[in-house]
Amino acid sequence: MAINFDKALGIHPYALQARVQRSEILASNLANVDTPGYLARDYDFKAAMADVESQFDNSGSAFVPQLSMEAQYRVPYQPALDGNTAEMGVEQSKFNNNAMDFQSSLTFLNMKIQGLQKVIDGR
Amino acid sequence: MSFNNIYEIAGSAMRSQTLRLNTVASNLANADAAASSEKEAYHALKPVFSSVYQTSQEEMQITGASVQMLGVTQSQQAIERRYEPENSLANEEGYVFYSNVNAVEEMADMMSASRSFEGSVEVMRRVNSMQQSLLRLGKG
Repeated sequence: MAINFDKALGIHPYALQARVQRSEILASNLANVDTPGYLARDYDFKAAMADVESQFDNSGSAFVPQLSMEAQYRVPYQPALDGNTAEMGVEQSKFNNNAMDFQSSLTFLNMKIQGLQKVIDGR
Repeated sequence: MSFNNIYEIAGSAMRSQTLRLNTVASNLANADAAASSEKEAYHALKPVFSSVYQTSQEEMQITGASVQMLGVTQSQQAIERRYEPENSLANEEGYVFYSNVNAVEEMADMMSASRSFEGSVEVMRRVNSMQQSLLRLGKG
C-alpha cells in the first residue's frame, strides 16, 4: 500500500496557503487605511475550501487540486468621505483572526504528519 | 507562500507614515515662522498617498496593495496676516505674514499616523510568528 501524501494531508495544506494569501490582502487593507479612494478587499475562504474539496472528490490519484481565490470588495460599516473603505478596527480584527486560524491549520497539519510518522515507524 | 510580499506591504505603510510624521513635525516646528510676504510665509505640508496594486501573474488578479508616496503638497488655506509695525520683518504697510499651520489638525494627524505605524508593526510581528511556526512544521 503506497501513501499518497497529497491525499494523506488532506485539505490542510490548502487551508494554510489560503490563510497566507488572505493575510496578504488583509495586510494591504491595513497598509492603505489612510490612502484616499482605496477599496478594501477580502477573500471568501469558505468558497475557496469548498472548491478545493470538490476537486478532491472528482480527482483521480495523480491529480493535484488547485487553490483559487477571488478577491471581493468589502462593504464598509461607515463609508469615509475620501472613498476609502478600509476600517482600522475591522481589518485589525480580521487580520488577527486569520493569523490564529493559520496556527490552527498548522496544528492540524502537524497532527497529520505525526500520524504518518507513527505509521512509518510501525508503532 | 508569499510572506515577502506582506513584509513589503507593511514596510511601505511604515515608510509613508514616517513621511507623514515628518511633515507634521516640520509643520509644528514652523507654526510660528514669520515672513514679510504671503508668498514667503510657511505653507503647511501635506503628503499624498496612493495604492500600488500587485497582481498574480496567471490570472491578473489583485493579490495585494502597497502604499506609494506621490509627493508633498502645500496647504492652500489662507495665510494669517498680523499688523506688527515694530517687527523687523514687517512690510511697508506694517503687516507680518504667519504660517497657515493648524496645530490641532496637526496633532490629530500625528496621532493617526503613529497609530497606523503601530498597526503595521503589529502586522509584521504576527507574520513573523506565522513564518517561524511554519518553519517548525513536522517537528511536533
